[in-house]
Amino acid sequence: MTAFILRRSTQSIIVLFIMSLLVFSGVNLVGDPVEMLINPEADQAEVERVIKELGLDKPITEQYWYFLMNAFKGDLGTSFIFGEPALKLIVQRMPATIELALFSLFISLIFAIPLGIYAGLKPESKISKTIMAGSILGFSMPTFWVGIIFIMFFAVYLGWLPSTGRGEIGSFLGVKSSLFTLDGLSHIFLPALNLALFKLSSVIRLTRAGTREIIHQDYIKFARAKGVAESRVINVHLLKNILIPIVTIIGLEFGSLIAFSTVTETVFAWPGMGKLIIDSIYNLDRPVIVAYLMIIVIFFVFLNLLVDILYTLLDPRVRIQGSN
Amino acid sequence: METILEIKNLKTHFFTKAGLIKAVDDISFKIKKGEIVGLVGESGSGKSITGFSIIGLIDAPGRIVSGSINFKNEPLLNASSNRMQSLRGNRLAMIFQDPMMTLNPVLRIDTQMIETIKAHDKNISNQEAFRRCRDTLGLVGISSPEERMKAYPHQFSGGMRQRVCIAIAMLNKPDLIIADEPTTALDVTIQGQVIYEMQELCKKTGTALLWITHDLAVVAGIASKICVMYAGRIVEQGSVDDIINKPMHPYTIGLIKSVPSQNKKGEPLHQIEGMVPSMLELPIGCAFHDRCTKTIEKCKIEKPIETNQSDSRVIRCFNFKDIRK
Repeated sequence: MTAFILRRSTQSIIVLFIMSLLVFSGVNLVGDPVEMLINPEADQAEVERVIKELGLDKPITEQYWYFLMNAFKGDLGTSFIFGEPALKLIVQRMPATIELALFSLFISLIFAIPLGIYAGLKPESKISKTIMAGSILGFSMPTFWVGIIFIMFFAVYLGWLPSTGRGEIGSFLGVKSSLFTLDGLSHIFLPALNLALFKLSSVIRLTRAGTREIIHQDYIKFARAKGVAESRVINVHLLKNILIPIVTIIGLEFGSLIAFSTVTETVFAWPGMGKLIIDSIYNLDRPVIVAYLMIIVIFFVFLNLLVDILYTLLDPRVRIQGSN
Repeated sequence: METILEIKNLKTHFFTKAGLIKAVDDISFKIKKGEIVGLVGESGSGKSITGFSIIGLIDAPGRIVSGSINFKNEPLLNASSNRMQSLRGNRLAMIFQDPMMTLNPVLRIDTQMIETIKAHDKNISNQEAFRRCRDTLGLVGISSPEERMKAYPHQFSGGMRQRVCIAIAMLNKPDLIIADEPTTALDVTIQGQVIYEMQELCKKTGTALLWITHDLAVVAGIASKICVMYAGRIVEQGSVDDIINKPMHPYTIGLIKSVPSQNKKGEPLHQIEGMVPSMLELPIGCAFHDRCTKTIEKCKIEKPIETNQSDSRVIRCFNFKDIRK
């Protein structure tokens, strides 16, 4: 196992390096941040001073070299706009995004797995057909539009839930999160549901397909022939088998929940990383964009590793190479 | 001897989109306490469906249409699903054909064994259940059962897995085990061992066995009674001796002639002419008439009824007397 983790870490470093090269050159191709930053009426001397200050006067290879050297020291550059380290800005906003992603993942799983199993067990029933039709709707409707409809309905029309921002933050076992207060929960519910809708639909379909396949296996029939209660057949014999593909998808999709929660965060003015990256792209705040993308790459690499490890726990037939 | 299982006029039909399939059509037979009965037939003749009908696990679109199944004088067809569940794996066990598919790949052997005991005895302690499972595993010939309990199915060979399945079926010392081609998927050498072990176990515990197979040679070695099935019906039943040495039904005669060892060396193997009819469009009259060598006009229009030759000998044919001559 240790050998496996070490090998994967080495691979990740190579991936990170290539990614940094791509991102850095890509970001430097678009727009001119100086034009965005400086007062249009500033004179030439002023403009040159700013360019020198930001280090933009040097050739791009040299800029990249500086970036790389600093990155090794844990410094991913300083934001043009905020004048603060980019990494610090992102880390500050990370908890908000992670709690949003976790909560929406939670919502999608607690609904999707039971609904998917039901639809798989009784494919001909009216309820199952409704569930499947709903799931098509769930991933065909654009996230931003659903978000706006949610705000209109739950916040404006019914007035039940707040429409914007992150609520009061509570602390539990040293972890600070808005999930621990009632106000926080009321704020997170709509954006999390909005973000969960797509995941919910795909996990329903995945669970249904898995159930349809596994339920006809001999070992399910054999479990019944042993006199095992139907609830145990479903919750142990069936569930453990369908969880294998679900964990893979969930692991990978969790990365995309975090990386691409931008739309939901923008609609609900959720103060997370997604909102930060959108603002930074508007303002051509290059260091923040680069730092954000680097962090997302690390996230994906880490999640992949986690999925591989979880996989071996769920499926005894899979053994990681290099371990017994 | 006490009768454990009595099936009377059982009909299990499948209402598929393509049409009605009479998978099991009016069969009757008895199994006595501790007796080994062979149910022989080609693929698709309804042998397995008979087994699943007894244990109450017929999947849709199949349904038991009529008839009766009495297990220890209890009618099973009216039994509640709870009652059936408490009988299954406890008094009435089943072993499946393909041991590679029968055990759940993601659960350990001990989990899959202990749940069989716990499903029927809520009060038993984990240690006690574990001990019983381990001992049964040793009984079916698995070495160092204590360690093997912690293994997963993929760590066993096919023969070993079938032994695990047999152990699971034996766990609660049932009155009847339905063995659905339990040795078909195994190597010939392993086959012999498994058959021998099952025979011994049944002798020791007084468990009756319904041995479903397409292999007449296997069943002749262990069973005391044989039922021959063709297209959903039992065409002939009787003691092993009668069936093997004095077969009456043309199909049974053909079947016995088809066993390679019955042929003289150098001669082409015997085969029954024609094909097994599709269960969707069975011929009018006797289902076997267009392959039969003794067909008379009546066979083409009417389905033969069962005729009792003696107490244990039943045959479904219009023309069998001529065959005997």
